Amino acid sequence: MKIFLLIIVNIVLSCISCFADNAADRGLEIAVEADRRASGYGDFTAQMQMILRNRKGRESHRQIEVSGMETADDGDLSLTLFNTPRDIKGTALLTHAHKTEDDDQWLYLPALKRVKRISSRNKSGAFMGSEFSYEDLGSREIEKYTYKYMGEENLNNMQCFVIELSPNDKKNSGYSRIISWLDRKEYRTWKEEYYDKKNRLLKTLTLTDYKLYIQTIWRAHTMKMANHQNGKETDLIWSNFTFRTGLSENDFNKNSLKRAK
Amino acid sequence: MTLTSKYLFAFFVFALSAQSAAASELTGSVSLEGSLFFHGAQYAGQNDHDASIALNCEYYQEFATGSSFTAAPFIRLDRYDSQRTHADLRELNYLHLADDWEMKIGISKVFWGATEFVHLIDIINQTDLVEDINGEEKLGQPMLHLSLSRVWGVLDGFILPFFRERTFPGRKGRLRFPLIVDTDKAVYESGAAEYHTDFALRYSQTIGDLDFGLSQFIGTTREPTLLKKTNSSGDDVLSPFYPQIKQTGLDLQLVAGNWLWKGEALYRHGQGHDFSAATFGFEYTFYNIFGSSTDLGLLGEYISDGRDGELQTPYDNDMMSGLRWTLNDVDGSELLAGLARDINSSSMLFSLEGSRRFGERIKLKINAVFFQKMPEKDPFFALQNDDFIKIEAIFYF
Repeated sequence: MKIFLLIIVNIVLSCISCFADNAADRGLEIAVEADRRASGYGDFTAQMQMILRNRKGRESHRQIEVSGMETADDGDLSLTLFNTPRDIKGTALLTHAHKTEDDDQWLYLPALKRVKRISSRNKSGAFMGSEFSYEDLGSREIEKYTYKYMGEENLNNMQCFVIELSPNDKKNSGYSRIISWLDRKEYRTWKEEYYDKKNRLLKTLTLTDYKLYIQTIWRAHTMKMANHQNGKETDLIWSNFTFRTGLSENDFNKNSLKRAK
Repeated sequence: MTLTSKYLFAFFVFALSAQSAAASELTGSVSLEGSLFFHGAQYAGQNDHDASIALNCEYYQEFATGSSFTAAPFIRLDRYDSQRTHADLRELNYLHLADDWEMKIGISKVFWGATEFVHLIDIINQTDLVEDINGEEKLGQPMLHLSLSRVWGVLDGFILPFFRERTFPGRKGRLRFPLIVDTDKAVYESGAAEYHTDFALRYSQTIGDLDFGLSQFIGTTREPTLLKKTNSSGDDVLSPFYPQIKQTGLDLQLVAGNWLWKGEALYRHGQGHDFSAATFGFEYTFYNIFGSSTDLGLLGEYISDGRDGELQTPYDNDMMSGLRWTLNDVDGSELLAGLARDINSSSMLFSLEGSRRFGERIKLKINAVFFQKMPEKDPFFALQNDDFIKIEAIFYF
């Protein structure tokens, strides 16, 4: 009888773990497919308007230019240039993202004409006083998260996969987990929920105005981040996307950082 | 004009005329500044307060090829100090862009270095000392600058056909020596005086978490040796002497998690005895303290400088520490407190810098500096009564 019970327990346990494995595999599968579909853009340039809104509705605007490029076997290269507010005009951030290690980052300060190496550990820090953190805006490499498939849900009349992402760099990430909604048809992300270290809902990101570029790449043109804990919001309005502009690695080094205008 | 300058100028005009325009913009700022000194003036002619206005402009024109033209004039009017009332062309250059090299011709600014408190190896541009005693404001330097960016690193070569003299406060200015530095009395070792052509070369590379640069400069020193002389009206003055030097420099930045390690070292030949100097330190940042988006950075640096004789530095054997408080708010509020302490004499310099934005186009900056327990042999002894607070409102257009 005892042996029988043990067998039953064993079967139940292995089923749970095989179900868990399935959920992890399925989650990873969806993330990999979404990444595959978002890849192959080569390089791009775009403009971004950042609208910061405080609890009382007071708005503050920033004008930012972004360029990015894929590399063959490592993370993406990107250059972010600030045009407004005027006092930081010309300030630029260069990022060489890596799949597993910390990213390399340099900041250019135009008043001193100085390039400073900066620590990329500041993942949870606010980007320019906005509700987006550095990790929200950074290149989301597959290897940096562990995945779990949560099921399917209907969102805005679209059948969506729901997956959970847990950051592997638990120490420096600002989140315990992220829940992501991707549509079944095109694997585009429409919504994400961010949970803080204490597993309380911190922020919700809503992505809309998707447009198709070079026949394969979907890009959202409106991203709204609402912080539920401090009541503030930040909108990112993207425009002038241009793909395959012929940028090279020479456009993402310290010399190009210095001459960015 | 020397032959070098003539060729450079002709090339500059030629390069510009061969381009078709793509986009241009004009930006700039007007700054209103008021300073208050906490102690009575030490020297005749000085005042206990000052007011000043400055204009910074930048015209930028980009061409279809990616090459560009930049013009950046600067002018300051100071209420009392006639030497601080000055104008300069911070930039007037053409940047030619090719696939793996770029060339700048004209007046420009270049920064070399890694540390926060003392900028030892930064030598291309002359310091505009009347602007700020921290040495971070620079005069425009005429140059031909070629930069090659390759897999093996970046190689920067400079031909510097004209020398800029350091600016010094006049008789009515605060933060000066008891004797006026008479900039009309500058003396050069080279017979070509300010037309001596200087050369510089820098190799820099990034290897993993380390960024480093190795540089060599051959030419007129940027730091004058100040010699006591008598001027035509019989007054004692300090006369700047600019000898020919050879200087080798090294700079390092290493990132290790939340730690940033920084260092600079130099070896100079030709100005007094040969000497070396080194400064190194760290910056450690606590992110999101108090559960807010506020960052707190701790800075610690040390400097040892072997120069002696008439060429002086207040930073011969000093420990520097600082706190950088970044609010990460919409207004970009920041506060930086720094303390430099001489290990031998225990003299101290304390500085507080704060800034924040008001709306999108106005910035307010406050800077206070205190000199404590300055011994007579310290070059900052002359500034012991010059503790001040400076408030600056900057309007951007």
